[in-house]
Amino acid sequence: MTTTAGRRKPRGHRPLSKQIHLAAHFPGVNNTTVWTDPLSRSQIDFASFEHLARTAERGLFDFFFLAEGLRLREHKGRVHDLDVVGRPESLTVLNALAAVTERLGLAATVNATFNEPYETARRFATLDHLSGGRAAWNVVTSSDAFTGENFRRGGYLDRADRYTRAAEFVATARELWDSWTPGGQSRPFAHTGRHFDIEGEFTLPRSPQGHPVVIQAGDSPEGREFAASAADVIFTRHGTPEAGRAFYADVKGRLAKYGRTAGDLKIMPGVTVVLGDTAAEAQERAAGIRRRQVSPQNALLTLEQIWGVDLSSYDPDGPLPDIDPVVDSGLSQGRTKRGDPRAVAEQWRALSRAKGLSIRQTVIETTARQSFIGTPQAVAAELDEFVQSDAADGFILVPHLTPGGLDEFVDQVVPLLQERGAYRTEYTGTTLRSHLGLREPVRPAREEGLTV
Amino acid sequence: MTTSTGRGLLHLAAAVDQPDTYDADPYLTLTRLAERGALDFVTLGDSFGRPGPDALAVLSRVAPATARIGLVPTVTTTHTEPFHVQAAVATLDWVSRGRAGWRPEVSATEEEARLFGRRAAAPAAELWGEAGEVADVATRLWDSWEDDAEIRDVATGRFIDREKLHHVDFQGATFSVRGPSIVPRPPQGHPVTVVDTAQQHAFDVAARHADVALVNAAGPAQAAAVRAGLRRRAAEYGRDPDALRVLAALRIDLGGGEHAAVPGHGGGGPLPSELGPLYRGGPVDLADLVAAWHRAGAVDGFHLTPVEPRRDLERLVNGTVPLLQHRGLFRTFYPGSTFREHLGLARPANQYAALAGDPS
Ligand SMILES: Cc1cc2nc3c(=O)[nH]c(=O)nc-3n(C[C@H](O)[C@H](O)[C@H](O)COP(=O)(O)O)c2cc1C
Repeated sequence: MTTTAGRRKPRGHRPLSKQIHLAAHFPGVNNTTVWTDPLSRSQIDFASFEHLARTAERGLFDFFFLAEGLRLREHKGRVHDLDVVGRPESLTVLNALAAVTERLGLAATVNATFNEPYETARRFATLDHLSGGRAAWNVVTSSDAFTGENFRRGGYLDRADRYTRAAEFVATARELWDSWTPGGQSRPFAHTGRHFDIEGEFTLPRSPQGHPVVIQAGDSPEGREFAASAADVIFTRHGTPEAGRAFYADVKGRLAKYGRTAGDLKIMPGVTVVLGDTAAEAQERAAGIRRRQVSPQNALLTLEQIWGVDLSSYDPDGPLPDIDPVVDSGLSQGRTKRGDPRAVAEQWRALSRAKGLSIRQTVIETTARQSFIGTPQAVAAELDEFVQSDAADGFILVPHLTPGGLDEFVDQVVPLLQERGAYRTEYTGTTLRSHLGLREPVRPAREEGLTV
Repeated sequence: MTTSTGRGLLHLAAAVDQPDTYDADPYLTLTRLAERGALDFVTLGDSFGRPGPDALAVLSRVAPATARIGLVPTVTTTHTEPFHVQAAVATLDWVSRGRAGWRPEVSATEEEARLFGRRAAAPAAELWGEAGEVADVATRLWDSWEDDAEIRDVATGRFIDREKLHHVDFQGATFSVRGPSIVPRPPQGHPVTVVDTAQQHAFDVAARHADVALVNAAGPAQAAAVRAGLRRRAAEYGRDPDALRVLAALRIDLGGGEHAAVPGHGGGGPLPSELGPLYRGGPVDLADLVAAWHRAGAVDGFHLTPVEPRRDLERLVNGTVPLLQHRGLFRTFYPGSTFREHLGLARPANQYAALAGDPS
């Protein structure tokens, strides 16, 4: 599955184009969500979820995606107060959205560490039934003792065990989803493994798409291996063509040993899009968004997360601190780390010196930026090229505004992708598996009455 | 409004359980029917140990397609995480715009324990003790955000005022939770807690934590006695007994024509059955029975479980309810929009806001 220039097709109607898959990420707890925008609305009212989901369905998207966080982030021992915070529980919202949408896939992030297979399998099977086969489960892992303080189980899992538990968790869920007969009779199951030893009868028949779609997000070698063995979709952060192609080749190359083919796993990076009538206008809008994403307070906070010390006396418009970071200070809790802080600090200071950048400017320059910026025509062409060159199979769009952040994209870019022959003009199936072009999982042969 | 004599306007609720039903539509049909009858709420049972979908999910699916009626799924507390449970119930309140309740239940069997493989089956007393703790921590987590915690203050760059978010630091016998919740305080402050007192150990949990208690009683005198007992116990826990609604649980079989199977049923019934008191007869005599219990000041209303869901709920809504409305015993429309408003219950004060306001 590597790319060659020969894959590029002429413009116009291209019936053999790889079809682009699109998903919508509901913006929320994230410093990329610009809550200071006058058009920013509630991140919790159902009306916001309904608006974004209906927009995604109008754009014929494959699915609507919700992230999860099980403890509010803290900084210096206090709840972090600069970003959007607070969100509803994902599966409950998605069941409600199933009432106001008809075809859109509905994806919830649910952690495999702080849940149990029986209950989780049941909740996803229920969503799949109630939505007519549109459910997806983004399986994430965490060994975070900080988050564990909200749960019976606590944070006992060490890093190496996260994915062994997640893999056994998903495998067990699949056993439960397969446990009824094709005729709709409940049959006993039994699973004994390293993490789970359970038996009984599942409470729901096999769901309308066989199994809910399984998504994986996580980038370590263990995470990639888990995805290759068990996931239908990967949510990745590799949003540049080079990184995308490397990731794509790596992950798709791991499939064969699990008896799977390239089409069985869709790779979808999370990306952002900023549109303008001209390239210059789009760049200007993108820069404005970046400035609002990195407020002076947020710039200092980002620095404190790296330095591991209180920097509140520093001027965000002044130079970077010349002191060295304190490693593992525990100053910030509930966020993913950015690598070795001393190396990061060194790089940032070098960049700041070379370009004469302030703290805030340095943070703007170094932290995540918009992936696709330009006119609708330019963005449509770039997205298409990205997919045709096997840097991805599609995209999870992460808007910076709740809930109107996808309106422009759906109105202006989707029709251009359709014109290019790279995107559907109507839903052809009813289930999420059919949107994604995934096969229904095969039910393992099993003797009547025997347990696995 | 209900008074201490139990003789205000009636509260009526119905179960929408249906066997072998995994699609949304049949649940939606019944809930809409109940809403057409202006009932206070519907309930949907749940258990890990028998076939059926997740009840809270079903009522979330139903929420956007209904407008006024309260939605009360059974939520079990034995094998679930209290933190997840409270977040899901709060979210049901958000998606229904203030119409959520929940009915805590326990899972007492070894079969259910084996589905999770995490702990052995435990005695009911212990499990209900834990359920009470879950109800307690749920209200704390619902209060862990003050209502005005979200400030969106552009000048200081602060989205929330973190002084208005609180760790709950709950330490129970079998679990602990640090908090705060991930979900902001729901529209009703606290979604409505409904406790079925059919099991002996649930009685105390109802007196302590319930907004609505369901009681099994064979007649009005017995119902009145149970109600008085619940109110007394609630007062011992420092609660205002007038903030507790007591509903008689009654299975109804309205397939038996226009007359009660048992003569003198209006006031004389119901029949004892394995699954609880059963009324069998016509919708008119059911109205008589309900009116008689109401006249006796026995209960604040009824929770009705139709034996044949579609048929009996239709007969209830088209037959019994209009008669009760005609007698001035039941509402003809919803004057409020939240479930608490239907019940005549105030929006609870936030326990942490109260603390913060007290300088001592
Ligand atoms: C694109 C992406 C999205 C993620 N979303 C979530 C999320 O919503 N909730 C969560 O708890 N973790 C999320 N994670 C974290 C992963 O599940 C995982 O815990 C983390 O990436 C560490 O695993 P790794 O070492 O395999 O990368 C996400 C990760 C990625 C790459």
